[in-house]
Amino acid sequence: MLETISVLTETKANLDVFSETLQQLAATDKDIVVVTSDSRGSGKLVPFGLKFPQQIVEVGIAEQNLVGVAAGLASTGKKVFAVSPACFLTARALEQIKNDVAYSDNPVNLIGISAGVSYGALGSTHHSLHDFAVLRAIHNLIVVAPADNYETEEAIRQAALLEQPVYLRFGKKPMPLLESSTPFEFGKGRIIREGKDLAIIATGETVYPALQAAEKLEREHQLKVTVVSMHTIKPLDTSLLNEIAGSGMPIITVEEHSVNGGLGEACASFLLQNQKQVPFKIMGIPDEYTVTGSQAEIFSHYGLTDRGISEATLSLLNL
Amino acid sequence: MMTDIQVLKRKSVEYRQKILKYIVNAKAGHTGGSLSCIDILNVLYNHTLQVSPDTFQSPDRDRYIQSKGHTVEALFVVLADQGFFPESDLETLCQYQSHYIGHPTRKVAGVEQNTGGLGHGLSLSVGTALAAKMDEKAYRVFTLLGDGELPEGSNWEAALSAAHYKLDNLCAIIDKNSLQISGSTSDVMNTDPLDKKFEAFGWEVRHVDGHDLEQLKNTFDQVPFQSGKPSLVIAHTVKGKGVSYMENQLKWHHGVPDQEQYSNAVEELKLALEALSA
Repeated sequence: MLETISVLTETKANLDVFSETLQQLAATDKDIVVVTSDSRGSGKLVPFGLKFPQQIVEVGIAEQNLVGVAAGLASTGKKVFAVSPACFLTARALEQIKNDVAYSDNPVNLIGISAGVSYGALGSTHHSLHDFAVLRAIHNLIVVAPADNYETEEAIRQAALLEQPVYLRFGKKPMPLLESSTPFEFGKGRIIREGKDLAIIATGETVYPALQAAEKLEREHQLKVTVVSMHTIKPLDTSLLNEIAGSGMPIITVEEHSVNGGLGEACASFLLQNQKQVPFKIMGIPDEYTVTGSQAEIFSHYGLTDRGISEATLSLLNL
Repeated sequence: MMTDIQVLKRKSVEYRQKILKYIVNAKAGHTGGSLSCIDILNVLYNHTLQVSPDTFQSPDRDRYIQSKGHTVEALFVVLADQGFFPESDLETLCQYQSHYIGHPTRKVAGVEQNTGGLGHGLSLSVGTALAAKMDEKAYRVFTLLGDGELPEGSNWEAALSAAHYKLDNLCAIIDKNSLQISGSTSDVMNTDPLDKKFEAFGWEVRHVDGHDLEQLKNTFDQVPFQSGKPSLVIAHTVKGKGVSYMENQLKWHHGVPDQEQYSNAVEELKLALEALSA
């Protein structure tokens, strides 16, 4: 399937990069602390625990306590990474995120692992398709879904230095490295590809299929498509959105999240309230019981693939 | 020259006067619970805790985290007395645009954590006490829980972790006034026997009369009750303590006295203060 498209070789899972980056940070900073809820294996944190046993705290399967303890640690100046599957972290411990982290301004880095539908056939209990929606409505929280290894590493490094709470979510499959001249910075979308006919604004692990779709559209239909990795869902890069919509380009948003309340609706809200009316479509997981399958099968079922996204593009352009 | 205990006793009455004054002024507040926990706060801030406005930014200060955030009037009155802010600020309690809201918030000087949702304080305290262990710091963490908030499961998650990490620098105090908003705590959701439960979780437990200042003082002086274990103080208290018509009466959970009731309470507390001077 992979033809000559503008990506480098397939690299590691963002999860692996997260784990390696944390180890690098902890090697020179004893204030880096990881808190896990029986998630050190699934968080690839076993090596971290072996190297830095004094900098890892296990709370057992108890996500509310995970976030509360992390907030207490952060209040003393520790640079805390609270690591748990995104599904549990952002649902079961939502009140702790809202009160103990965001409202109390304890700068915990909340790391949602195996996010979206990464757990595939384990089903809806293990999917996080609500996290952008609920966390967007909480003040004082940066919400981020890095697309590739570079964005993940930068997000972790920058989050460690930031005195503001951050939620970072990613999956566990290897991600190709994306080419862009835009450096990573919270709240600044990265332009992965530039075109004039349409813009695909994607986030997290849907950026790569969005890029594949753009390549396919150029190959097969001579369409020039812009692709943006909108890694930060909140605060949204409204100046970039303004620029894109200002050119009149139709916009498609793509996310591994419910179509309700995520990146797409965030963009739509901004555009509509700023008199930027362009043809617009939100792609994501529809409001239904999610189909059973692997992450790849679920993406395919709901059209979050090069083919699905290019078909949606042609339809939006009435081609 | 007054003894320490005489000073504390006077403060307890004065704090009760102020709690009522500012609740009446705000036309809102958690009256009964503020009166049940005020003696505990009195002893903590005037005797036990190594913290003051001058040391509040120090990483070595003792921490106090109020899990039962709704009895914030008790906390604000004590913090004002400690000099964290002018007492007159409390005239804005619960008023439009005031920082002095109906729960603890870090916008108010001297407050460690924003609380109000129940079942949060113990986890925050565990994290704070863990950091002290990591950094080999000598500070201690005291947290006040209501008996009504104990059915929140997060308390028990936190209780497990406090014992697991041998947090003998952590002391939780339960303000056991045995009433909550819809009835007696044993009827709403029985949590007794608390001592056996916490002991089974690995805590060392003491019972005290939560209005006996001498007992509170001596008990807090003994923290940690056992090396390597978190300490729990079950403070047996009376909701509405100090105002006869409020004592053990459910309606004063967040009842606000009318003018006549307030006058009666003022008179009663004035007599209490006079009795202490005699």
